[in-house]
Amino acid sequence: MEKTLLVSSSPHLRDGASTRRIMIDVVISLIPASAAGIYFFGPRVLLVILTTVLSCVLFEYLSRKAMKRESTIQDFSAVVTGVLLALNLPPAIPLWVAAVGGFIAIVIIKQLFGGLGQNFMNPAMGARVFLLIAYPKFMSSWIVPGPDAVSSATPLGMIKATESAAGQLPDYFDLFIGKVGGCVGETSVLALLIGAAYLVYRRVITLEIPLTFVATVALFTWIFGGDTLFTGDFIYHILSGGLMIGAFFMATDYTTSPVTRRGKIIAGIMCGLVTSIIRLYANYPEGVSFAILLMNIATPLIDRFTLPRSFGGEKPVAQHN
Amino acid sequence: MDISSLNRISQDKKQNLDEVENMIKAKKIFKGGAAVPHRKNTAEMETVRMGVPEKVLIPMLQHIGAPCEPLVKKGDTVKVGQLIGSSDKYISAPIHSSVSGTVVNVAPMLYPGGFHVTTVEIKTDGKQEVHEDVKPPVYSNKKELIEAIRNSGLVGLGGAGFPTHVKLSIPPDKKIDTLIVNGAECEPYITSDYREIMENSWNIMGGIYTLMELLEVNKVYIGIEDNKPAAIKELTHLAKTSEKIDVITLKSRYPQGAEKMLVYSITGRKIPPGKLPLDVGVVVMNVNSVSFIAEYLKTGMPLIKRRVTVDGEAVKNPANVEVLIGTRLEDVFNFCGGFDRVVHKVLMGGPMMGIAQYSLDTSVVKHTNALLAFAREDVDIDAESVCIRCGRCVRACPMNLMPLFINHNVIKGNPQELKRYNVNDCIECGSCSYVCPAKRHLVQSIRLAKAQLRQASGK
Repeated sequence: MEKTLLVSSSPHLRDGASTRRIMIDVVISLIPASAAGIYFFGPRVLLVILTTVLSCVLFEYLSRKAMKRESTIQDFSAVVTGVLLALNLPPAIPLWVAAVGGFIAIVIIKQLFGGLGQNFMNPAMGARVFLLIAYPKFMSSWIVPGPDAVSSATPLGMIKATESAAGQLPDYFDLFIGKVGGCVGETSVLALLIGAAYLVYRRVITLEIPLTFVATVALFTWIFGGDTLFTGDFIYHILSGGLMIGAFFMATDYTTSPVTRRGKIIAGIMCGLVTSIIRLYANYPEGVSFAILLMNIATPLIDRFTLPRSFGGEKPVAQHN
Repeated sequence: MDISSLNRISQDKKQNLDEVENMIKAKKIFKGGAAVPHRKNTAEMETVRMGVPEKVLIPMLQHIGAPCEPLVKKGDTVKVGQLIGSSDKYISAPIHSSVSGTVVNVAPMLYPGGFHVTTVEIKTDGKQEVHEDVKPPVYSNKKELIEAIRNSGLVGLGGAGFPTHVKLSIPPDKKIDTLIVNGAECEPYITSDYREIMENSWNIMGGIYTLMELLEVNKVYIGIEDNKPAAIKELTHLAKTSEKIDVITLKSRYPQGAEKMLVYSITGRKIPPGKLPLDVGVVVMNVNSVSFIAEYLKTGMPLIKRRVTVDGEAVKNPANVEVLIGTRLEDVFNFCGGFDRVVHKVLMGGPMMGIAQYSLDTSVVKHTNALLAFAREDVDIDAESVCIRCGRCVRACPMNLMPLFINHNVIKGNPQELKRYNVNDCIECGSCSYVCPAKRHLVQSIRLAKAQLRQASGK
């Protein structure tokens, strides 16, 4: 009767969650935004997505191999990075530039810092900002959705530009469904919200960061975005640019955002402030990427200063060293 | 022996919560926890009594506190209820023989906790002759009642094994106003508390009245999770006899039965870190412990047997079994038809907090509420992968800790940094590990963290 019995520490029961399942959920949640991108900007978008996904998976495989570590492509995290990167690139991006983005995201930002869970900034976001600086021309040539697909400015570019270059601003409805110029997957607020709802339903993300992020941008642009105080067109601001994809899909990245509830709220507010300040007062039309990267860098600090008190809490949080 | 025929599944006892009149819901729900499966397969199985095994192994430590000194030696004959182990230390509980027979060995033997404890091995004679000292206790004041409870050998039967007489001796500077009877039973599989409510509800009420007098409390709450409507109905009905007693329907959420969570759910009071329920005016007792007190005061028979839920997918005939304390695990499983699959893991207690056994040659002790046996595929856990900082452990922790950071610093071996994370407040409920998608051994590392901190502080 006595064969070998397994002895291990409790608990002896685990739920069905897995890293792989979470990553697959994120990929699923990005399908509506990807589909919207393909619909509005044409089938070439599909090629962009395939390029970044394949390059991310390939570089993940190669870098793990080069470092003589076990392969991690089966955890699907490289696929997530690939899709997110594509959605954050202009539709007309040369495919080789997209592939370079995959290299930066996976090799430089993710694997060189230890791989999944260790990177200090969001790989897709970091790669996007790298490309923005390295290839400004490719990263700022926009096309307008539709059969003509003529080059144009983004909605945020339009309000940033001088009066003469501004032209006709898109209406709220076009902004909401995504029929405006912009990155592959950032324009359709509707598609992004559908995906975000799925992530919330699947309990992959919580709403602290997205809601505080968006609310802060709305508040700030309402107060300071107009010619006088409290006259800013905050609806235009929250519907345009990379705010929705940034708030729901990029700023909620586990590895690079705080883990406590209080920390998440601080992170969301911080992202919202930086985004608004860049949008209103800096040279770039869009500030979401920079805001998220800054928040990523501040995350260890935020975590450190938002340690919760134990249940029953009279005991103060342990002293800092 | 096939006992499946003895288990009568009485469907009529399964009721709906809606049928419970005047149901009182808990005030609060604690933060976090985990939605563990219930798997109360044995809920409607009436307790079956297991016979006297050929031998029993009675460890001299069956409680939190100082171990007992054996009072018998090899060759002695003993009778049922005879005192065979005691300690003069305050935090300890005496140990009695559960059988009549001959002591064949007194030596260190494997204890269910995984270490060796001085154990009295008794070859039984099957006669179960009762010792002459066994008679209903006579007491005329509180002190004598507590002394009688001490003499009964009672410890917390819910699983913790804290000596009851210590719990009931309230320091003069503390004021107790509430007794909470814990029938939450939030661990999967275990139904031993539930069966006590269904089979011995009058004893529970009797115990409550005794304790109300002893503790001078005006309010008694019986907490039961809402997945046990029949038990709620049963006790709500009996509790009508007194306005001071309320049955509280608790949300089924693990670890609802943990003392701090239970007290919070029912009274809204939070027990500060490092403090006890009595620091917020509450005494918490398991239903089986309360019931035992009533039974003991009637018969004088000390704690020599208990109900054990025997279940798990590898057990042929799951059952609630009344087992003599000291019965070997192997004998208990054999009584339940043995195993019908290759056993990979055996637990004493539930799957969330139970202790894995590496031998079936250990025995049932006072706080053994369940014995579970599983095949490999039931309890196989994927290999650990890297932490992705998803924060699920943080949300699951009912104590508001940060398991991921504790895990991280344990691996780095950094006790200085560990001090920041209130490691010692962890109740080891297992919720964090349960929800971890990377299958990290969070609770295990927190136990290590406690050890590292002890080491670092030089104790």
